[in-house]
Amino acid sequence: MSAFNSQLNSHSPTGPIEDRWTNHRFDLNLINPANRRKFKVIVVGTGLAGGSAAATLAEMGYEVTSFCIQDSPRRAHSIAAQGGINASKNYQNDGDSTYRLFYDTVKGGDFRARESNVYRLAQVSGQIIDQCAAQGVPFAREYGGYLANRSFGGAQVSRTFYARGQTGQQLLIGAYSALMRQVSAGKVELLPRREMVELVTVDGVASGVVVRNLITGEYERHAADAVLLCTGGYGNVFFLSTNAQASNVTAAWRCHKKGAYFANPCFTQIHPTCIPVSGDHQSKLTLMSESLRNDGRVWVPAKAGDTRAPADIPESERDYYLERRYPSFGNLVPRDVASRASKLECDEGRGIGNTGLAVYLDFADAIKRDGEDAIRQRYGNLFQMYQMITGEDPYRTPMRIFPAVHYTMGGLWVDYNLQTTVPGLFALGEANFSDHGANRLGASALMQGLSDGYFVAPATITAHLASGNVKRVSIDHPAFEEAEAHAKARSNKLLSIQGGRTVEGLHRDLGQIMWDMVGMSRSGAGLRDAISQIRALREEFWSEVRVPGENSHLNPSLEKAGRVADFMEFGELMAQDALNREESCGGHFREEHQTEDGEAARNDEDFSYAAAWEHQGVDKEASLNKEDLTFEYVKPSTRSYK
Amino acid sequence: MKLTLQIWRQPSAEADGNFEIYTVGGVSEDMSFLEMIDQLNRQIVLDGGEPVAFDHDCREGICGMCSMVINGEVHGPIKGTTTCQLHMRSFKDGAKIVIEPFRAKAFPVVKDLAVDRSAFDAIITAGGFITSRTGSAPDGNAILVPKEDADQAMDAAACIGCGGCVAACPNAAAMLFTAAKVTHLGSLPQGQPERRARALSMVQEMDSQGFGNCTNERECEAACPKEISVMTIAQMNRDYLRASIAGDEA
Repeated sequence: MSAFNSQLNSHSPTGPIEDRWTNHRFDLNLINPANRRKFKVIVVGTGLAGGSAAATLAEMGYEVTSFCIQDSPRRAHSIAAQGGINASKNYQNDGDSTYRLFYDTVKGGDFRARESNVYRLAQVSGQIIDQCAAQGVPFAREYGGYLANRSFGGAQVSRTFYARGQTGQQLLIGAYSALMRQVSAGKVELLPRREMVELVTVDGVASGVVVRNLITGEYERHAADAVLLCTGGYGNVFFLSTNAQASNVTAAWRCHKKGAYFANPCFTQIHPTCIPVSGDHQSKLTLMSESLRNDGRVWVPAKAGDTRAPADIPESERDYYLERRYPSFGNLVPRDVASRASKLECDEGRGIGNTGLAVYLDFADAIKRDGEDAIRQRYGNLFQMYQMITGEDPYRTPMRIFPAVHYTMGGLWVDYNLQTTVPGLFALGEANFSDHGANRLGASALMQGLSDGYFVAPATITAHLASGNVKRVSIDHPAFEEAEAHAKARSNKLLSIQGGRTVEGLHRDLGQIMWDMVGMSRSGAGLRDAISQIRALREEFWSEVRVPGENSHLNPSLEKAGRVADFMEFGELMAQDALNREESCGGHFREEHQTEDGEAARNDEDFSYAAAWEHQGVDKEASLNKEDLTFEYVKPSTRSYK
Repeated sequence: MKLTLQIWRQPSAEADGNFEIYTVGGVSEDMSFLEMIDQLNRQIVLDGGEPVAFDHDCREGICGMCSMVINGEVHGPIKGTTTCQLHMRSFKDGAKIVIEPFRAKAFPVVKDLAVDRSAFDAIITAGGFITSRTGSAPDGNAILVPKEDADQAMDAAACIGCGGCVAACPNAAAMLFTAAKVTHLGSLPQGQPERRARALSMVQEMDSQGFGNCTNERECEAACPKEISVMTIAQMNRDYLRASIAGDEA
């Protein structure tokens, strides 16, 4: 298979795990408050990671330029997170601790995360809640005025803080307001409706970016002492996902092509409770919070091809397959397990609805037990949203659900300082790979984005800024000339093809390949097939795509074409990574590697590493670098939910 | 379903705009309104034209990006929804649908149905925040917030900043948007120290951005996809009045 290149150094501190972050911060160089204004930092993206990092860095005294593709930083896709944010406060006195959150996260990630990072995440989780509460995030409260918690995603403690079903929105508005406070103070230059199209490097060091102004089509150059990439995940490579329409891999991919390694791209999270696809017109999938599985029971008809209405299928002819297969966890098994189980039922012909690609999530028993009012109290908003989209009333008839691509654990490889393999380029939040391993637990994404942005990167950025290796150049430097010329040539090429296929149609084709062969279940033969199909499609893209309009004004088709072009390259790397990983773990399931009863078979002997891929050119195979993962505290064990 | 669409086309902020008529077929009632526009755009692109530009992103009613006036109604005919949450089952086969951008002096058209709402960011920049340094926060439970205050703050904080309130208002006022933020932060103990200064400076910024005044039409509340109450405006007016009389010290 792929040539193995080198062993990566994570710069992870050693010693007792609970002291590592404290000691590391002490060892990092500091920059005098009066000197910080001499450093300019570019932050790309304004989600939880980017918004919080830009605000905090500016507050500390750095000069910050912040970019986002939407019309306002408040619209980043972090806003759509529903469930909540974990923190090991132990306010509920139910035995939670930093160590338990660390333990749960390492285990939930199926032993493919870096222990030092995860411990740090658990350590700062409490400070995040404090910070957000102080900003005015309206977290749910008890009658006495104290913060409320709930148990989420099958966790055995109540450590999830929430703001109704809109926790992501409220945390993002908190970060956004902190960011706007710095805009008001003149410390942040905010440039919305800009898309990063090139990373500029000088002698291999990140020195700035080229962005396209989406309104005027102009290319703008921005030089800086460090670049923070906070551009989210790549779920839209599947065309259909729960991501926003503009979510993309472009910024990360352009950095990858400039030398940043991309780690574990095959680790994608397929969320089990989404509203199923209704037809070819579908442009996105809507997540129904996983909290629904606390009361809903998942079932399919016991007999394949049973097309009766759910009410006409008697109890004895239903299969509550999660309860049957996992008697101990039942409907609350982790996301990856629940998703794969419903795929299996549908593959065997027991799926329901017009497409056969759905299973029932039934609240009849819960309504009988607790009453309709109690269920309305708990899930009213979600039921309403379901009815709005499907036209069906879930109080009367079971919901139809199916898994959908939701979150991507892979991302740019970063060391303990969140620095990529390009000095001066940092990656935060979903854009990096570090903390969730092969599977992310519910309510942990918000925690990681804010941990990176408020607390980690503002401390670790000095690892570069005070290193003496900063390459600050003028925007007239040839590296900028070259990057801008490259970006322009690419747009012009896309506009000049004028073939017979829409960008969207080609994207849809790519998504189909990815979903069928690089989705919930993967095989060596399928992955090899996927790689050759992606290559052929990429060729078709570059000869058949039709991008209307011009470069010189708002042109959503051109923006999308650039993003899809990158997905056409990135999809191949995902398949390559999945092919290389000859084991099943977390969100990655290889059909060749399963136990006798169809559960994932992990291979710690050979694959206890992060696979960090190094770009070698389009149409060439990327080369593999490894970061060995060692587990000093949480000893790898087989996850069992039986 | 087959529909006739009358859509506002405007190449740029400076150019004049006009309505164009399109027919779009093969529309399924399960489509969202934006997926119906996607369908129209596919047709336009393959016919060699330029697709209709419109703002959208999350397509699940939370980012606040989508922004159309449909048959004269902001975000369309269904109460408490954004355009992206509207589905074609709300329309009849053969219907004629008029689609326009949000119209307000402070929201200039960027292209077709996309408008510039940066005036909202300017209002937030003027004071829509609580000054709290990262790292200086006390323990979350050190600040007690009575449940009803937290609920009131959350009701107001549900605003998605779409600008529907401005588009629905005959005066193109941004009262509901501004009041939602003033009420969100002013309902919480953390927001008290800056409460009056916040109301003063946000209202001043709202005026200077070219938004109109409130004449109690309540169109904003009726159009708001998050059903924010006009009671927030009363709250803001009280804070503003107090600040104007007593100065901006809390």
